[in-house]
Amino acid sequence: MAVIEAAFAEEAGGGHGGGTAGGMPDPMHQFEIKRIIPLELFGFDASFTNSALFMVIAATLITLFSIYAMRGRALVPTRLQSVAELSYEFVANMVRDNVGTAGMKYFPFVFTLFMFVLVLNMLGMVPYSFTVTSHIIVTFALAAFIFLGVTLLGFIKHGAKFLKFFVPEGVPVLMLPLLVVIEVISYLTRPISLSVRLFANMMAGHTMLKVFGAFVVALGFLGGWAPLAFMVAFTGLEILVAFLQAYVFAILTCIYLNDALHMHH
Amino acid sequence: MDPAAAKLIGAGLASIALVGAGVGIGTIFGNYLQGALRNPSAAPTQFPNLLLGFALAEATGLFGLVVALIILFVF
Repeated sequence: MAVIEAAFAEEAGGGHGGGTAGGMPDPMHQFEIKRIIPLELFGFDASFTNSALFMVIAATLITLFSIYAMRGRALVPTRLQSVAELSYEFVANMVRDNVGTAGMKYFPFVFTLFMFVLVLNMLGMVPYSFTVTSHIIVTFALAAFIFLGVTLLGFIKHGAKFLKFFVPEGVPVLMLPLLVVIEVISYLTRPISLSVRLFANMMAGHTMLKVFGAFVVALGFLGGWAPLAFMVAFTGLEILVAFLQAYVFAILTCIYLNDALHMHH
Repeated sequence: MDPAAAKLIGAGLASIALVGAGVGIGTIFGNYLQGALRNPSAAPTQFPNLLLGFALAEATGLFGLVVALIILFVF
């Protein structure tokens, strides 16, 4: 207990713990944001951090990959070109299935979003790298942008009729005051659930990997094999989750877009 | 009670939310397998829905985990 209290005292003191808390490596240490180029703009801290660095790396990777893979434009694609075409087709089908052909106008947005989140998640799986999507402020900014854009789109497309989205059809009038409130609340929690889903998945996975990594060290050469084997399996699962969360993020964006465009329940 | 102890107990209680995620994920995969074995030809078309359901069910449990982490590291 004393050890834990000491760890809490350290936490409360604002210190980052230097990577260790009570003998075990601190699993939260990996999420620490470090300033690489300190910068202050109009009283705001606008430093170039490791988070920003990894976003730049991801954007550069996606751009280079798209340009380099498609430079041949061969009728019979090379291996790299088919990867680019596969990812294009994958997202295009997702948009077509969920929003319909009217939604293909927004395909570039969904494709960018999917690739950005996917590459950030995958970069996070590289040891000693930084997972940008494990910070709620990043995912919440993305989700809030989607939410605002989709809501504005709904009002632009349907005008004031978009408010009918919150009134379910075929229910008794007496129930309506309650149901409308519930619908509005469920609509307003969309950005929260969208961002927390991605953030919690990435953070929980990486924390768990680090905790089991500490078990390997703590159990030593003889006992460390069991958690090590678990970690290998879990890394595979984490790569699946990294893809899955990017997919879910994109598909939910499609579903919200569909709600705004077609107002179906 | 010692506040530090109460904090740890609270965090532990909050992570019970993951029980629900476990039940939900089990139900989704179980029902998918059941449906897929009855009608294997329709199974691949429902695979995206399976993944979507899995991610949605897992996320609700992770909300509980987030509450636990907030209790541990924010207060």
